[in-house]
Amino acid sequence: MIRSEVIKSLLPVLSGHFVVCNIGLPSQELHMMGDQPTNFYMLGTMGLSSSIGLGVALAQKQKVISIDGDGSVLTNFGTLPTIANNVADNFVLFIVDNGSYGSTGDQPTYAGKKTSLAAVAKACGCENVVECQAKDAAKTLQAALDSNKMTVIVCKCESGNIKVPVITMDPVTIRDRFMGELKARNA
Amino acid sequence: MSISKKLVDDMVNNGISFVTTVPCKQLGGVIEEVDKHPDIYHIPSNKEDEGMGLCAGAFMGGKRSAIIMQNTALGVTVNTLATLIQYYRMPLPMLISYRGELGEPVACQVEMAVHTKAILAQLNIPTYHFHDAADSEEFDKILKYTFMCNKPVAILTDASFWKGY
Repeated sequence: MIRSEVIKSLLPVLSGHFVVCNIGLPSQELHMMGDQPTNFYMLGTMGLSSSIGLGVALAQKQKVISIDGDGSVLTNFGTLPTIANNVADNFVLFIVDNGSYGSTGDQPTYAGKKTSLAAVAKACGCENVVECQAKDAAKTLQAALDSNKMTVIVCKCESGNIKVPVITMDPVTIRDRFMGELKARNA
Repeated sequence: MSISKKLVDDMVNNGISFVTTVPCKQLGGVIEEVDKHPDIYHIPSNKEDEGMGLCAGAFMGGKRSAIIMQNTALGVTVNTLATLIQYYRMPLPMLISYRGELGEPVACQVEMAVHTKAILAQLNIPTYHFHDAADSEEFDKILKYTFMCNKPVAILTDASFWKGY
């Protein structure tokens, strides 16, 4: 399974949940296959999906899922100790680990070589770290949401991309509808 | 009242309840006040762009946020300021120590000081420079301005303002 198939398999679990989605193809795939007002698409700023998601989770009570990538986590490695030391049990970091920088042409990442993101997350102090295979992505994410414990999921999958249109929605619209849903849900 | 306490009180009085910090010797007193204030969730970050991501998230989650950082790191935040904070129109007060100004003992700090205002100007970020203690009187208005216009706003605080290092 490649990332777009993993994201497709997650759609029933993501439905109705607040999702912060990584820049580039992950956001474009999620937007094409399962757009909903509770999705926040990153149009820029590689690496910050986990930081934005943690910020949303710490600020309010709704569950938040950050969809991230191995390359993006490597870009913002400092995020893992911050997550570990600021526990938000309404937060799940879902890392699609395809061992490559998919949006830029599938150049290999170190996560696809010697570096284990799950081991790094554990070493940083994250208490609930699960590594799963692509076929188990949906049930692993569902279990993490049901556990009400902050969880880091590293989902191993194959490298590869499908053709997807870019997101033309205005960033302020993306932000505004996300915040509107969040405000309504917390009211 | 110490200047550090006054600045943090102004933040709280403007509804700021989520503050991320990256340490600077000059800002030690402010960071201490942030850390002990019961109405602020203090989340130290490992890098300034990470901190801005946390602030962006907290803002969307309904909390007013702010970042406290050193000017030497401004360069690494340019992409985040342009493609996250400004692109999505988010307010972000940036309380920044302005290292490399008069009184600076470390020569290398000057190398980023000479670029600090130029980078902020290039990004069209409203910038205020606190040099005398009395300049902090404007902080409350600057915060109100930030949340009025939904922009990142920089407040540079130099060594003269902090009465040395």
